[in-house]
Amino acid sequence: MLSQLTKGERQGALTILLAMSLLGVAIAAGGRGDPIATHGFLIVILSLGMAVPVMRHLFDPEPSSARLRSYYDDPSKAGIVLTMAWAAFALFIGDWVAWLLVNPNLTFDGAWASFGRLRPVHTTGVIFGFGGNGLIATSFYVMQRTSRARLADQFSPWFVLIGYNLFCVLAVTGYMLGITQSKEYAEPEWYADLWLLVVWVVYFILYLRTLSRRQEPHIYVANWYYMAFIVVVAMLHIVNNLAVPVSLVGAKSHSLFSGVQDALTEWWYGHNAVAFFLTSGFLGMMYYYLPVRAGRPIFSYRMSIISFWGITFMYMWVGSHHLHYTALPQWVQTLGMTFSLVLLVPSWGSAANALLTLNGAWHRVRDDATLRFMMVAAVFYGLTTFEGSFMAIRPVNSLSHYTDWTVGHVHAGALGWVAMITFGAIYASVPWLWKRERMYSPALVELHFWLALAGTLTYVFAMWNSGVIQGLMWRTYTENGNLAYSFIDSLVAMRPYYIARAIGGLLFLLGALAGCLNIYLTIRHAPLASDAEGSQSKPLYGQPAGGSLQPAE
Amino acid sequence: MAIEERDPLTGHKTTGHEWNGIKELNTPVPRAVYFFLIVTTIFSLIYWIFMPAVPLGYTYTKGILGYDERDVVRRKLERAALEQGPWRAAIEKQGFDAIEADAALMQKLREAGHALFGGNCAVCHGIDARGNAGFPNLAAGVLNWGDSPEAIQETIRVGINSPHPDTRTAQMPAFGKDDMLPRADIKAVIAYLRDIGKSGSDHAAMTQTKGLEIFQNNCAACHGDDARGQVALGAPNLTDASWLYGGDLQTIHDTVWHGRQGRMPSWENRLGAVDIKILAAYLHDLRKER
Repeated sequence: MLSQLTKGERQGALTILLAMSLLGVAIAAGGRGDPIATHGFLIVILSLGMAVPVMRHLFDPEPSSARLRSYYDDPSKAGIVLTMAWAAFALFIGDWVAWLLVNPNLTFDGAWASFGRLRPVHTTGVIFGFGGNGLIATSFYVMQRTSRARLADQFSPWFVLIGYNLFCVLAVTGYMLGITQSKEYAEPEWYADLWLLVVWVVYFILYLRTLSRRQEPHIYVANWYYMAFIVVVAMLHIVNNLAVPVSLVGAKSHSLFSGVQDALTEWWYGHNAVAFFLTSGFLGMMYYYLPVRAGRPIFSYRMSIISFWGITFMYMWVGSHHLHYTALPQWVQTLGMTFSLVLLVPSWGSAANALLTLNGAWHRVRDDATLRFMMVAAVFYGLTTFEGSFMAIRPVNSLSHYTDWTVGHVHAGALGWVAMITFGAIYASVPWLWKRERMYSPALVELHFWLALAGTLTYVFAMWNSGVIQGLMWRTYTENGNLAYSFIDSLVAMRPYYIARAIGGLLFLLGALAGCLNIYLTIRHAPLASDAEGSQSKPLYGQPAGGSLQPAE
Repeated sequence: MAIEERDPLTGHKTTGHEWNGIKELNTPVPRAVYFFLIVTTIFSLIYWIFMPAVPLGYTYTKGILGYDERDVVRRKLERAALEQGPWRAAIEKQGFDAIEADAALMQKLREAGHALFGGNCAVCHGIDARGNAGFPNLAAGVLNWGDSPEAIQETIRVGINSPHPDTRTAQMPAFGKDDMLPRADIKAVIAYLRDIGKSGSDHAAMTQTKGLEIFQNNCAACHGDDARGQVALGAPNLTDASWLYGGDLQTIHDTVWHGRQGRMPSWENRLGAVDIKILAAYLHDLRKER
């Protein structure tokens, strides 16, 4: 991979890695006695660890210019491997904390193993580690194919991928060290946030540069969604993380917001992270992989437009539905609720567009687990968005808020929609990227599909039950006007559902591990495709078909 | 550039563009989409007219219904006070004996007590009130500060070793750690304690004369000459089978060596007087039910 980089790119990479390791030394030295010092050491180790192979290839000859006639897929390959690694890690942590809720004594004495620290490791690991890497890897793939243009350069995709994973590592190790700014889904402290900002700007510019080199007259809808994902996440990330660090060599910072303003900013961020990270990006993924795998045209271009702008405009307003019946002024709650209701229409527009695209290909859905992953993802997308709009209605929310119903809702989206579409996209692209005929074992893909579906259904039904029971127990009065149950009574009542939830999570984890194994075997042992990628991808513009896309290795 | 084709399956035309093999049909948007967009939008507009909705600088449109969350809460609290008022007043006015004699009142009290106990006490004493190491079993165990409803009420009100000015105070000194007794003496007094535990406080049967002497000089001031404790000082009876921290040799040793300064918060400022009275009666009732 390294010898595919030009000499200039290798020198640039080495310079940045050495600069990073110096920065790490400065942080480690300046931050003595503060948990940030550990991160300094971590940065030194990681950047020097990567600098060594770069130095060994520093004086390799320039790569052949033939590489420019094919797509640049090395970062996508690495991104898919990282995606699966994060999935295995973060799903494992998720199931661990699920068992911890069943049996709170199941912890070690170390502070790092407490529920409060491990839970964000799980959420960051799945959302940013698994989901984010999946989005980055597939976006590189999709933007090149739909633009018929090679990535604008070879250095920035690596900077984006590796830099992004450094952010994820800083985040999850930070939680275990006790570093957090206590904002849900935005827990990493100021220095990790600043680093992510740099990475994100490079990602944005890379996307624009590649799009501007496109050889297709129109920009395909998948790219709109990926772009919305990148642009809005940048905006959310900057505003919600505005903070003043206590010291330049200390982890702690203070948010610019306080009180109810802080809560509203946080949930404006939080819900739009759901919208633009966990929805827009993955819709982009769906709009590429689903029609290709189904071999069908998109059902309606016009629906794509209505849904895209509907989602993009409406989501911005709905964050306040997380703060019903709180100190937030009621008119803000009203806006959040009503926009959430209108939002259902474009959301279902997207789900319907996906499912109607499958008309004429349902026999493939039956036979092909990869396409079935994508179909089920679209169904769960529809279910979850309906549930979300429903829960945003104030009186419904008064029952569901603070209960496990919310947890079930999130996981219907995260497991059923986000993870399923990602697994579908990965199973589609692994043979394409590594030039294999097919996945090593279609039976393992089937197994993964059924484990994932069973796990998701078990999880979601368990949490629906426990959430509704919790909500009802908390509001049940005796005829004398006494509360019938104390909180701890409801906790005892939750236990069977917590066990079911942990089992559901375990099934989902086992499925993902089967996926990891299958992908490893595909890369190592699956038969090479006779026609390379020719049958999957049209050649780059101006190149003869077939001959231009030989594997560059 | 754009070459439109007709999809044989649906009969709709494509847009004429193609991206790496992906085409899009130019299918019109189904009417249902427009219909529901209009319906949800109209619903929202109506909702905005009736409910608080639009910010206007320093204020906002209050809506035709004049709905105000604070009003709703106030009304609900008033109604709850109305429902609970009579029987809470009865609890407030009457003595414990009268309350416990009134079966209908006790039913209400048990319900309220269960919720209060679960929300405030169960975290230490357990959901069944049967305690934990260091936290007494309130349902069946010995209560060092007395088990009359009045005594329980006072303990809840002021707490034990709490910041409350009237707090119940009981500190067992750290005889070993603070060098008040040599290790051999501590061993002797523990042997004595184990002995009276076995044989009741039959002093005539005592063989541990050294332990007895040490006990009389150091422990009896609080625990009494007969080691049966003093409720007024919160000093436990050492001759029965009930141990707050544990009656095994190691735990007794730890208790004598390091001392004990168990704490219970004062609830006077958190729960009202009636709630405290309810809890006291609830616990007293719980202890009788055995």
